[in-house]
Amino acid sequence: MAATTDDIRHIAALAKLSFSDDELERLTNEMDAILNYVAQLSGAKLDGVDPAFALLRRDNVFREDRVGEMLKPDDALSNAPDRDEDFFRVPGFLPEG
Amino acid sequence: MELHELTFSEARRGLEEGTFSARDLVESALGRIEGVEHSLNAFIRVRERDDLLVEAGKTDAARARGEELGPLAGIPVAVKDNISTRGLGTTCASRILAGYDPPYDATAVERLRDAGAITVGKTNLDEFAMGSSNEHSAYGAVRNPWDPGRVPGGSSGGSAAAVAAGEAVLALGTDTGGSVRQPAGFCGIVGVKPSYGRVSRYGLVAFASSFDQIGTMSRDVDGAAELLAAISGADSRDATTSEVDVPEYTGLVTGNLSGVRVGVPRESTGEGVDPEVAEAVLAAVDVMRSLGADVDELKLEHSEHAVASYYLVANAEASSNLARYDGLSYGHRAQGADGLDEIVVRTRSEDFGAEVKRRIMLGTYALASGYYDDYYLRAQRVRTLIANDFASAFERFDVIVTPTSPTPAFRLREHADDPLAMYLSDVFTVPANLAGIAALSMPCGLSSTGLPVGLQITANRFMEPMMFRVAREYEAASGVRLRVPEVKRTERDA
Repeated sequence: MAATTDDIRHIAALAKLSFSDDELERLTNEMDAILNYVAQLSGAKLDGVDPAFALLRRDNVFREDRVGEMLKPDDALSNAPDRDEDFFRVPGFLPEG
Repeated sequence: MELHELTFSEARRGLEEGTFSARDLVESALGRIEGVEHSLNAFIRVRERDDLLVEAGKTDAARARGEELGPLAGIPVAVKDNISTRGLGTTCASRILAGYDPPYDATAVERLRDAGAITVGKTNLDEFAMGSSNEHSAYGAVRNPWDPGRVPGGSSGGSAAAVAAGEAVLALGTDTGGSVRQPAGFCGIVGVKPSYGRVSRYGLVAFASSFDQIGTMSRDVDGAAELLAAISGADSRDATTSEVDVPEYTGLVTGNLSGVRVGVPRESTGEGVDPEVAEAVLAAVDVMRSLGADVDELKLEHSEHAVASYYLVANAEASSNLARYDGLSYGHRAQGADGLDEIVVRTRSEDFGAEVKRRIMLGTYALASGYYDDYYLRAQRVRTLIANDFASAFERFDVIVTPTSPTPAFRLREHADDPLAMYLSDVFTVPANLAGIAALSMPCGLSSTGLPVGLQITANRFMEPMMFRVAREYEAASGVRLRVPEVKRTERDA
């Protein structure tokens, strides 16, 4: 068993997801099968092989530091679930006092 | 022949010659949508009839005045609903983006408009493009036009079904691990995944940023090629786009592939591949040989590890990209939650579907402290090996030919309880995404049960012209271009 229910519960907390006990058990089984499958990668000979972090673009892309076209506040806020003038509105999250 | 049965090339010729108008073409697409959508569920939204007819009328008037028109003038195009369209909404087939209307258009959508295309609507997909069956959609499964009891493939299943059934002439899809090619194969049309960096990802809702590319669909090779030419090229809003010139993708059929080197990997026709699929692919290779191509066998050393490497790296990127859905600044927000953290957790838990959550979990696992080296980092190193395999192969070959998928379209719910089995069906498509190279799927026949078989042609990065040349010659010489199927009427339960 590559994954236990406790592992998966910990990962769910990191991913900001919550699952019922039933869902968690099912997910543990599914992830266990997938993790067992991907464990085959430990058979690949990787000495001296770099990760493919820059496989597709090795150079950096620069532009001039100039203000261009950008979203207007009303457009940026047009899908806000809750807003207050030019701000997104969210519940308080700092302790009072 | 009815207008909805025309390929792109036939439709464009008819418009140019004045045999019919753009209005006629749009009417025909709308009529077809009315006739088959009930069975297929390919669209999430279709634009208002009046708006479409006005737009088509403007194209017709411009043509009548002799104005110079774009290469796609008057052609009805469907756009996958993870590509941003201002004023048309963009849901990614997720509850979490229900009602979301992007404040800008994707670059590909701007370029479609500049080319004169008429966007008919937004197509269904697996939620956030995660899936190979189009069953993971908050808007219900899409059905395969060839057999509504079967899946159209995914994740661009709505775009593929729409083009195959004649609801649109062309479509945009997106391909992260095969999401254009596999549904194109299952639905019997041409589907192209261009080289990474060929098409701007600006406005494409991110799934796995080092894999994602917008791709094109058509019932003929030239339609997919012309649509790709229209949307390709550098874009200052996506720094991963390439400055490499966009060459001509269409061309004349010469009946000649002499000197073209075609590689066929052994696993193309080996274990796990449906014998009818293997037979159709080998017959296609024979056609290429008869046109003068040099065919030889090839071994891609690390292809057995492609699916494992892909699902770890792509889902790691997905878990990071999808962290933005928190219910705070756009999209749906869970009601009645107490405090910030509860809003975030409840919104994500209530509004993401099961497959999206599974992938976020797998990606978070691969990146988590204690697992990172063994999973994410190792998968990224294997990705280098797979890219190196292709680099060596393309020293010997111009194109590589495989099946698009090991089997024709499977039945709805066939893989519902076994996500891993679904992932394994992507074995032939994920390598091109890992290596960032170009690949397309095109029909190479029908199975004994009447289902299309997809042929995949892969070429090196930015070698699209060679890929299209081989595809165009094969299409002309084989005569395999599938008709528009008669869609059986079914009651959808979704």
